[in-house]
Order: sequence, then C-alpha cells, then structure tokens
Amino acid sequence: MSKRSAPGPLEYLRRWQMQAWLAAVAIFLYAPLVALMAFSFNDSRRNIVWKGFTLKYYDKLFNDSALLEAFGNSLTIAAVSTVLSLFLGAAAALVLWRFRFPGKTALDGALALPIVVPEICMGVAMLVFFARVMPWPQGLPWPLNLGAIIIAHVSFSFPFVAVVVRARMASFNREMEEAARDLGAGEFRTIKDVILPHMAPSLVAGALLAFTLSLDDFVITFFTAGPDTVTFPVKVYSMVRFSVTPEVNAASTVLIVLTVLLTAAALKLQGDPAATAGHGAGDAK
Amino acid sequence: MEQSWKQAKAVFAAALGPPLVWLALFFLAPLAIVWAYSFGHNDGLTEIAISGTFGNYARAIEPLYLKIFLKSAWVAALTTGLCLAVGFPVALAITFASDKAKTWLLLLIMLPFWTNLLIRTYALIAVLRTEGYVNQGFEWLWNLASVFAPLGDFQPLQLLHNNFAVILGLVYVHLPFMVLPLYSALDRLDKSLLEASLDLGAGHLRTLFKVVVPLALPGIASGILITFIPALGAYLTPDLLGGPDSQMIANVIERQFKRANDWPFGAAMSFVLMYLTFIAIAIQALLAKKTPEARG
Amino acid sequence: MSKPIITFENVSKRFGKMTAVDDVSLTIHEGEFFSLLGPSGCGKTTLLRMLAGFETPTEGRILIDGQDISNTPPNRRPVNMVFQSYAVFPHISVADNVAYGLVVDKVAKAERDRRVEEALELVQLGGLGHRKPDQLSGGQRQRVALARALVKRPRVLLLDEPLSALDAKLREQMRTELCTLQEKVGITFIMVTHDQDEALALATRCAVMSRGVLQQVATPNDLYEFPASRFVADFIGSVNLFEGVLAVDEPSHAVIRSPDLPVDIFLDHGVTGARGGAVWAAIRPEKIELHKKDGDAAPNLGDAPKGTNAVAGVIKHEAYLGGSSTYEVEIASGRRVKVQRSNLTRWDQEDFKLGETVWLCWHACSPAVLLS
Repeated sequence: MSKRSAPGPLEYLRRWQMQAWLAAVAIFLYAPLVALMAFSFNDSRRNIVWKGFTLKYYDKLFNDSALLEAFGNSLTIAAVSTVLSLFLGAAAALVLWRFRFPGKTALDGALALPIVVPEICMGVAMLVFFARVMPWPQGLPWPLNLGAIIIAHVSFSFPFVAVVVRARMASFNREMEEAARDLGAGEFRTIKDVILPHMAPSLVAGALLAFTLSLDDFVITFFTAGPDTVTFPVKVYSMVRFSVTPEVNAASTVLIVLTVLLTAAALKLQGDPAATAGHGAGDAK
Repeated sequence: MEQSWKQAKAVFAAALGPPLVWLALFFLAPLAIVWAYSFGHNDGLTEIAISGTFGNYARAIEPLYLKIFLKSAWVAALTTGLCLAVGFPVALAITFASDKAKTWLLLLIMLPFWTNLLIRTYALIAVLRTEGYVNQGFEWLWNLASVFAPLGDFQPLQLLHNNFAVILGLVYVHLPFMVLPLYSALDRLDKSLLEASLDLGAGHLRTLFKVVVPLALPGIASGILITFIPALGAYLTPDLLGGPDSQMIANVIERQFKRANDWPFGAAMSFVLMYLTFIAIAIQALLAKKTPEARG
Repeated sequence: MSKPIITFENVSKRFGKMTAVDDVSLTIHEGEFFSLLGPSGCGKTTLLRMLAGFETPTEGRILIDGQDISNTPPNRRPVNMVFQSYAVFPHISVADNVAYGLVVDKVAKAERDRRVEEALELVQLGGLGHRKPDQLSGGQRQRVALARALVKRPRVLLLDEPLSALDAKLREQMRTELCTLQEKVGITFIMVTHDQDEALALATRCAVMSRGVLQQVATPNDLYEFPASRFVADFIGSVNLFEGVLAVDEPSHAVIRSPDLPVDIFLDHGVTGARGGAVWAAIRPEKIELHKKDGDAAPNLGDAPKGTNAVAGVIKHEAYLGGSSTYEVEIASGRRVKVQRSNLTRWDQEDFKLGETVWLCWHACSPAVLLS
C-alpha cells in the first residue's frame, strides 16, 4: 500500500495527538508491570542495572513451601467459589429474568448490594460474622479449613455472575421456549434444552469473572483469613509490607502470566468482544 | 413477557431458594449484625452490648474523623476527575477505531483490570520507592551529569508514602473502571449525530461538548460512579502507598477492627461509608433519569 | 446547460484492500436533482460521504464551484446533509436543532429566530419548534433534518436514503414534497438511494453505480429506454435479455440472431460501436405484445419482415397485479419470457390462461442493443 488517504474527520485514532496520548496511557499502565516482571529475572537484589539473566528467584519461589501453600489455597478457593457462584448466580438470574413475583424489586436491589458495597464494609461484616455468629471450626483438615473464605468469596461474586447471565438472557427469544413447550417439553426440560444452551456463553464469562474476582481479592480475605488459611494475596501483602524483593517479583510474575492466560482463554471462548460489540461499518462494504 | 411465579411454582422455588438463602445468611445477616453493633458499645474485653446509642455516629463526625471522611471524598473525587480526563480521550479513540484496533485497545485496557490489585500496587511501589526505578534512573543521570559539573551527592526524591503516591496509585488502579463504561456509552452513540454536527459547521470541540458529552452523560455518570465508589472505600492503596497523613476511611475502619478493637465505632464508620456510597448511587440514578436516551 | 457545481475528478476510495469507489469522474450542475442509484455496497454512500467530507478520497479530487475541497473538513464545506437516520439531536428541541448550524455560524439571534421559523414553515413544522425530537413521528423528524440542513442555505443538499425509513404511504407523499421543496428552494439536491422507483420519480439525472464503478449517468427516461449495459438494463426495471450475434448491421436496420429465439430480432436502426463479439437484445416486458394463437400464421406488427420479432410460447405463470398482469411464457428453446400487459378493460385479463399457447411479438424499435 503506497498511498494512504488523509484521516477522515472521525478517525481519531489516526491523529498523532491521539496516538501519543494512547501511547502515554499504555506506558503508564504497563511500564510498572513490565518492569516488575523483567526484574524478577535480574541477577541482582537491589539494583535496577541489568546484571544478567537468572531463574534463581523462581527456584526459591518453588521451594518456598509457605508461598506454595498460599498459592494452592488461592486456587482452591477460586475453583470452589466459582462453581458455587455459577450455580447461585445462574439461578438468581433465571428467577429475575423469568418470573414476576412480589418482592422482586427488593431482591433485585439486595442482589446489587454486594456489588456496590465497599469491600472494607463487606470485609468487616464477614469478620464479625465468622467471629461471633458462625465461628468456623479451627484445625479442620484442608480444604475444609478454607470454608469461611470460600463463603465470603461466593457472597461477593455470585451477584456478578447473575448480572452477566441476566444480560445474556435479555437477548433470548421467548418464542424458542414457547416452541419447546408447544412440542411437549416440561418446565425443567425446557430449561435444560433451550434456556441453558442460550445461557452457556454467559456461564463461561461468569465463571471466569468469578474465578478472577476470587483470585484477586485481598481485602475481604484479609478480614476472613485465619493464621493457617493464608491466601496468595495475603501472603504477598505480608511480604510487600517488609520490602521489595525479587522473590515477590517472581511470585507476581507467575500470577500475572496466569491472569493473561485466563483472559486469553476467556476471549477465545467468547469470540472477540469488539467484533460483537462494534456495529457494521456502514454501507461502504 | 415475564411469567407469574404461580404458573411454575416448582421451577420458581428451585431457582429462587438457594440464592435467596445464601444472600440472606451470608451477606445480609453479617451486614445486619454490623449495623446492630454500630449502635452498641464495648462491654468488657470481648462482649458488645447493643444499647441503641448514637454515640458511635457522633464520634464519627468529630472533627478528627470528619476530616478523614472529607479527605477521602476529596481524594476519591480527584482520582475520579483525573481518570475522566485521562480516560475520555482513550474511550473516544477506542470508539472510533477499526474493529481490529478496537479489540486490541480494549484488551490493552482490560488486562491491567484483570491483574491482581495487590500486584499492581506492588509494581508501583517498586517504581516509586527511594531505591525504585525512577530514583535510580535519576541517580544514574545525576552521576552522569556530575562528571561534567560537581553536583554533590544525589538526594533521592520522596515519591512514596505521601498523598501524591496515593492519588497516582488510585488513578493507576481505577483507570480501566472509567474507560470501559465511557467506551460502552460512546459506542452506543449514533455516529451520524457527530457527523451531522460537523456537517452543520461545528468544529470537533463544539461537537464534543454540545453533542457527545450531553448524549453520553449517563455513561459518563456511571463511569464516575464506578470509579468514585471503590476509590472512596480504597484500603490497599493508601495502606501501602500512603504516608501517616494519607489515611482514608477504610484504613480507619480496619484499625478499629484489627488493632484498636473498637468494633462498635468501626461498625458505625462502615455504615457511614455505606451511606455515602448509597448517596452517590442515588445522585447518579437521578441524573440518569433526567437525560434522554441517545437514539438517532 | 447551467454551470457545473460539483466535479469528481478520477476519485477513488479504498478501505484497506477493498475498493469502495473506483475512478469516478462526474459533473453535477446547478439546480439539478441528482440521484446516485445502485445496489447496497456499490459505493454510492461512500461517494456522498466524500462529498460531505466524512471520507477523504484515496485518489483524485472533488471540486465545488471550481475549488478543490478534497481535504476540507466537513464543517467548512458549503454542503449539508440529511442523514439516513436523520441524526436529529435527541437532547435539544426542534428549534434548537434547526438553529444549531446558525449558532455555529454566529448568526445574530433575531435573524436566527426568523430563519429557523421560516425553515420550519418550509417543511410544514411551523409551531412545533418547542417540541423535543422524541415527541415527533419519524416523518416529522425527517422534516426537522431537512429544515436543519436547508436553513444554512447550502450550495448543495445531500440526502442519504431519505425515504427508506418511512412507510409506503408516507414515502409516496414525501416524494412529491421533496420535489416541490427542491423547486421552491432552487438548490442542487444529491440523493443516494437503492430504490429505483424513488430515483426515477425524483431525479432529473441519475448515476447508476455498481462495485464502485459508475455504470451510466443519464436522465431517468434514458436510463430506462437506453440502458448502457446489461447491468443497468437489469437493475432498472425488469427486462428480457437475449444474447446473440449481429447477423446484419446496416445504417438503416440490423438483425440479431440469438440461440434462445427461433426467429431473428429485427431492429429498425443500425448498431454503432459493435465490434463483432456477443451482443444482447434487451426487451422490456411491457413492450412485448401478447396475441391469441388462432392458426399458425405469426402476427406481424408491420415494421419488421415476416418471420422476425414474433415467437410462439406457452403461458407458464401469471400474476394479476391490478393495473396490469405479468406473464411468464415458455418458448421452444425452454427460455421463459416475461411479458407485462395492461388490464385495459375489466374483463380482458381473463383472455389469457395458464397453459395456453400464445404469440409474443414486438416492434422493431423496442429492443435495446447492449454491447456489454
């Protein structure tokens, strides 16, 4: 392509000012993370000068049993709370989408609460609840000792799942359901044959959302965790409080890579978001 | 249309039961207890007597704590304003990008959003601390310059543990919260409205302020809300990046529960924070009602 | 002829690898009601948007009044547009919508108010200025869009599919009104449409486009009766195309021999520009006469030698349309020929029945000869 026409009036992305702005924002968002990941491979404890490539901090990391245990705890909590959130969220979405019933507005509002309430408030509520009302037994075998944290995580992530699923159900064609009923399917069978397949993409999205929310959470876990139920963020927090070390860099790098992989999987599974969000480019095809 | 619950009682009960019970038991009940505690006082070392006192709320609006509330609100507002200023052009660029560029730009914004908050905060610490990348970079330049002229010893900049670091950290963390709702609002705009404005002789700035902003107002309002609420209740960022004078509400609440062991007062503070959140939501809802839908 | 107002000089527009507009050269004159016609995706909208300034040409120049405006931003061009979606600003009143362009131009308040009221009267929306767009019907919103563009007194008014969003009755009415409006304000209108009826009814001149290429620019009458290519003949109205060769080509007459027809097609004029390859005879359905078959003698319309321009066939399909009926008649080669017949009396349409054998014949002046 030799010749390019001048940018059209609404092609903001092709103006250099906009490109410079985007580049600055990208540097702002990514430079700290990239630096963090790069220096986890630097063979020097204190210096930003590159002293050579090393994997020794990763070696240390994988021999640090406390950190590994925290990591395992985090993944377990995320997995279990995702499954529960998915079930509860889908059920809540189904009820709110499907039925007219007294108290619907109240339920709708109550479901939005965990999304809008500040984390710290929910954290202290969980702290109080598990300290005074339902003390989680100490010394339970793994993974039962994680129960309190899992419950807390489900409480804040299942409403998110409900939102995602409900948004998807808005595009459901009611006649599909009526067709199923017309052809003889019962209530539950209709849900299984027609509604669930339509819901499926949002269940995938909801699951990834719940998993990431759980993995990401620090504040609420911080208030719910006991001394023997340390999660990865809580562990990193205690390390960060002391100092910045290449070990923390290495641990963070592992989690960042995991996040990127999860996001990539989410995009692969859902198809690309912009293609479905964007509208047709007009008549000129 | 929606079906009456009476027409399918079995399905209704099966679907409603679990989420309702969970929500009531593991969310509403804990909050209710905190609410009850906010009207109580410490009775002995571990017991809390719920006496119906408003003393905790009275204490929460004493100058010392009122100042922290005001400061938190100010910090959150400043953060939101900065996010809006930085994020609006980004959202605009994404809206009018080609489909392919759109995917990559959205990914660019979303990836940090999915990355662990603690890690992002930690990454900023590594950048800002006295031995951080910024200071070491400056030191290197300084030493380079010292070869030519005696500049004396390098004094590292104090970039961490102050209000600047807190604001920077909050903007860093919350920028995606602003960009995504802005983008979805702008993307829903009928592009021909912008073209009509240009066609009628208006320049880009006039089009922006007379057409885009008024029509995207609900989206801008929800972007502001979505940024402001978590910024107001931020715990981690002021905790790790802030200094002794940059405490926010959440840090005070945490101290009441974890160190000072004054649960009733902490509970009252929590609820004041929640009420502030609800007020913000109510204001946004009112604004959204007033604005017409952006249809062509 | 009046003076040219808009000139496209070898204009091309590419989006990546796709060519939307391919080397278009076109001149539009003052006072014309010009229509850009073509199937969707033919590049007509892109051409219009380049004129408005929303796209910039990849190659070539666009002139308005002799000035190159190819890279002038849309807000500095003396043209205004009525958008397909109308693009009436939903957050401000009707009057504010119409005044928008005048405010931008810093027209004084008193004059602005006067011109807004005038423009609203012009589109028959007088007194509705205080309304919000969501209190108007679709047709009224379109009038707002019209008033908003016209109030700026542009050199050229651009209309993007102006009638496509209206229902059938309203469309008919708006067609007449657009015509009257153009006569009243006297400025050049350029309209994009995919609807041939709309283009034929409104325009003084039409350009037919396909795949980014200008196919033909002519008056509606010429487009229909003298199409330049098979594409145009087929796109405008309905047509029977017979591929063949020129057996005779004299200045006074010509004969086309087609394998689809058992007889020759006789033309009462010579063919210019033919170079010996395939040619096509295009005969409109209404120009074919239907005759009862009694006996074997082919009817003769008197302007062609015996044994030409008449062929026997069997009616395979008929559709009664009220004012006329259309028939599909299968001839010996298996080809079906479309015939349209006006229902001149209240009973004669019953004369031709499915399965009946009939004669088809046409005048020597009826077929159009196409070389591409």
